[in-house]
Amino acid sequence: MAHLALIELADDHLILGHRLSEWCGHAPMLEEDLALPNMALDLIGTARTLYDHAATLEDAGRSEDDLAFLRVEREYRNLLLVERPNGDFAQTMLRQLYFAAFMAPFWHAAQDSSDEVVRGVAGKASKEMAYHIRHAGEWVIRLGDGTEESAERMAEAVEELHRFTDELFESSPEAEATETAGVLPSRDRIRAAWDATIAEVFSQAALEVPEVYPQTGGRAGLHGECLGHLLAEMQYLQRAYPGATW
Amino acid sequence: MVAVLDQARAWDAAAAVPDPEVPCVTVADLGILRWVKLRNGVAVAGVSPTYSGCPAVLAIEMAIEAALREAGFDAEIERLLSPPWTTDWITDEGREKLRAYGIAPPVGAAGKGALFSDPVVPCPKCGSTSTEKLSEFGSTACKAQYRCTACAEPFDYFKCI
Repeated sequence: MAHLALIELADDHLILGHRLSEWCGHAPMLEEDLALPNMALDLIGTARTLYDHAATLEDAGRSEDDLAFLRVEREYRNLLLVERPNGDFAQTMLRQLYFAAFMAPFWHAAQDSSDEVVRGVAGKASKEMAYHIRHAGEWVIRLGDGTEESAERMAEAVEELHRFTDELFESSPEAEATETAGVLPSRDRIRAAWDATIAEVFSQAALEVPEVYPQTGGRAGLHGECLGHLLAEMQYLQRAYPGATW
Repeated sequence: MVAVLDQARAWDAAAAVPDPEVPCVTVADLGILRWVKLRNGVAVAGVSPTYSGCPAVLAIEMAIEAALREAGFDAEIERLLSPPWTTDWITDEGREKLRAYGIAPPVGAAGKGALFSDPVVPCPKCGSTSTEKLSEFGSTACKAQYRCTACAEPFDYFKCI
């Protein structure tokens, strides 16, 4: 069953990686046009290793590509947060901060995993996520504590996205089983570290942590309409030309 | 004895492969090539990827395999995720080559990633320490963009991870 928990985790990384890649050629400045696809590569690279490992554990003849390209929307188990549309730059940066502030301590803890591949992924990803926190955190501060308009947009981003953050700390039954087995860290235990990072960034960004009604469902395959559109583009080639290789 | 010589020859062949993104340094200089072992007559090279999504990983593995075959070995690549590659593994010679090429080598030891702090990166051209970061990411994931405020040279900095 560990493969299902790894697929959830891989889905988070693949979907967010795809979202970031949508900025390629559209970012507000050249530096960000380089930075966002680079971070997308980090996420997609992590997803690949996790899918590959999940496919091996599942032992049902599926490959990493099958998992990424040949599942339908309801079979995706990613967090609602990562599928949210890019919106403006404030929303993209805040989404990235929310995710990285969770994944950095998560991967840090996963370096003690009982699974060798997870340990390997964790060692790399925890370093990469520390960069993602810095990059996104600096933007959230710059925009939140910036001009009147940037502050307004950043506050709107918080209002739009904060309700999706509770799901970060929820464990599906499959994930819970891997936590008990010592394969993945307990998601609930990451909350203190996440709270601390967000509090530090928000205080410098002059932002308030809002009271929200949490939105969840991604781990049960219940997604927003936006995921279908994302998959339609991401899976186009394999859907149009099944089995295509190059 | 022959095996020992062969192993050394296999290492030399693999170690000479240049990095596809930063061709001034070899895979051995960067510490990406961890070891080469002879296993049942096959030269097996242990290779650590730099970043999770580094697009050069496959190119590097293919180049090492080709170099081993050219040296007369049956070759295999073993991808090593753990322990994760760190810039601490870049050799002194590799750091010097990077600097001569115009890329500032990583500063200090990896690991202590404070939330908001940047190292002081000396300019690879003039050596001045009055430099400023332009972007956390340069032309590749492993590099950041800096500018020297003394000689005005923009340059890449090999990030410390």
